[in-house]
Amino acid sequence: MSLLNWIDDRFPLTKVWQEHMAQYYAPKNFNIWYYFGSLALVMLVLQIVTGIVLTMHYKPDADLAFASVEYIMRDVPAGWFIRYLHGVGSSMFFLMVYLHMFRAMLYGSHRNPRELIWLLGMVIYVALMAEAFFGYLLPWGNMSYWGAQVIVSLFGAIPWIGEPLAEWIRGDFVISDATLNRFFAFHVILLPLLLALLVYLHIVALHKVGSNNPDGIEIKKNKDKDGIPVDGIPFHPYYTVKDTFGVAVFMTVFLGIVFFVPELGGWFLEKDNFAPADILQTPPEIVPLWYLTPYYSILRAVTFEWLPGGAKLWGVIAMGAAIVMFFFLPWLDRAKVRSIRYRGWMYKTMLMLFAVNFVMLGYLGTVNPGHVNLIWFKNVTWAQIGLVIYFAFFFLMPIYTKLDRNKPEPDRVR
Amino acid sequence: MSMITKLLLIVSLLVSPALLASGGGENLDSVYINLADKGSLRRGAHTFVNYCLSCHAASYMRYERMAADLEIDTPTLVENLMFVADKPGELMTINMASEDAKVWFGVVPPDLSLTARSRGPDWIYTYLRSFYRDESTPTGWNNTLFPSVAMPHVLYEWQGMREAHFDESHGVSEFSGFEQIVSGEMSEAAYDEAISDLTNFMDYLAEPAKLVRYRIGFWVMGFMLVFIGLTYALKKEYWRDIH
Repeated sequence: MSLLNWIDDRFPLTKVWQEHMAQYYAPKNFNIWYYFGSLALVMLVLQIVTGIVLTMHYKPDADLAFASVEYIMRDVPAGWFIRYLHGVGSSMFFLMVYLHMFRAMLYGSHRNPRELIWLLGMVIYVALMAEAFFGYLLPWGNMSYWGAQVIVSLFGAIPWIGEPLAEWIRGDFVISDATLNRFFAFHVILLPLLLALLVYLHIVALHKVGSNNPDGIEIKKNKDKDGIPVDGIPFHPYYTVKDTFGVAVFMTVFLGIVFFVPELGGWFLEKDNFAPADILQTPPEIVPLWYLTPYYSILRAVTFEWLPGGAKLWGVIAMGAAIVMFFFLPWLDRAKVRSIRYRGWMYKTMLMLFAVNFVMLGYLGTVNPGHVNLIWFKNVTWAQIGLVIYFAFFFLMPIYTKLDRNKPEPDRVR
Repeated sequence: MSMITKLLLIVSLLVSPALLASGGGENLDSVYINLADKGSLRRGAHTFVNYCLSCHAASYMRYERMAADLEIDTPTLVENLMFVADKPGELMTINMASEDAKVWFGVVPPDLSLTARSRGPDWIYTYLRSFYRDESTPTGWNNTLFPSVAMPHVLYEWQGMREAHFDESHGVSEFSGFEQIVSGEMSEAAYDEAISDLTNFMDYLAEPAKLVRYRIGFWVMGFMLVFIGLTYALKKEYWRDIH
């Protein structure tokens, strides 16, 4: 292996491989929830690869964009496949990220000493939302157009600087060719670079402290005479083969959607986006895609005009706060144990309530606030109840995690 | 499976019907879409090119692609389906200038390439079967699904003329039914069949890839299931010594 030696003298190839794959010890008791991190990484790579191919045929020009997407769908060989992979891929990426985040909340993966992993992950999440928002304008469909119009106009709610700021973002008084061009730049250069860097840092931070596990106990406390955790197994080959199996299952579901139901009944590709952007024709219901609707619901839930500055401003503040709350999670949680397996009924109940509430808010963000789609109340009333539950989960967390009667943790993983 | 996983599964099963049932307030007649029926697609294409493609364009679609997908040979295509284009490789555009269209109809007739995706096939099927005589409109025609639509009833020779009846109650008029006043060239069943073919074609037109998507999809699913099996066996083998 003279070539490997030659490289190792100049670059720590073997060292990195050993430290991060072959001699990186991960807990042996990962369950189904631990697939979603690697699947999110697979989605990032897939989005970048399909995105590069799309960029070869797409035209970021208000007069050409919509037609160029249809050109990809019809005239570019397998263009429809690449485009569906990318479009459905964005939804699948978010699905993986949401499950990955929920996993952390289940097993306390954000707790000391993994706060930085969580914070970096949250920055990735916010960057991903921006990436999705910028990308959604590019097909230049009518929902692309009006979605961007609504979201950018939210900046207008900020006192004093709001309107000039919104104008500065758009580069025009309305969403226009100038906006499309800059969103294209953000979508294909700025945010992918940022995401790649952040994901790298996320993994570096993870490998510094090592993975948590479903029992929420440190495997590094029990080491054998060689200093290897007794409940740890090398990431490679054990988790590389296990994650390959996870990827196979995930890709089967993903490709099933791509080939058989790429629109998923309007949840992954919206009907209104098959009509070109039209400044004179507002869609009946302007809604973002499902992965942003929980926050959209919170925005629309604030309808109290008597608030100083108006309802819209406070809606924007509530929406921003809803995202910011996640950043504080490692410090809001005061329990002595990490994993839900050893927590009392309070955290279990609150977390389940939060999850169901998050899904409900997501659903409410897609329907007319004035209608009744669930039982008893109008959608906006449910969204207001959802908003209270959402913030109660975070604000009351120091109290109920402290009061909770937790069970003793085991010494070794099960 | 842990209790939490089970709970989440139950919750997702409970909310999924609500998620899938969202949207769609209009009462639409449903149409049977069958892209495997090439005869239906060709009949629909014939209607489309003869009756729609003079005012509406389908400017993302090429004649050549349509002919290939619908198994129409080039001489037939050029003779029977290409009236404004010179070469089979051209896009299905129209000659009417949008400035003229604005003067004549008040609006530019929308491009129909993607209507089956933006409105849905049921909408098209219902819309084309909802025209009725109405002397109060500029064209003399109106539509129960799309009131005061600028488009006249282009296929009235086929369907004949109908009047719509409305029941007035509490100041709200509600559509109660059509009445045939002049019979057309086609029976009601034959007309529905022709519109069904046209809708079928427009569904193809909105996404030509649909013809191959399902076919490739089945092979991909087959491959993936085998791949799952292999990776599972590999994982089992590697993990034999982990307890």
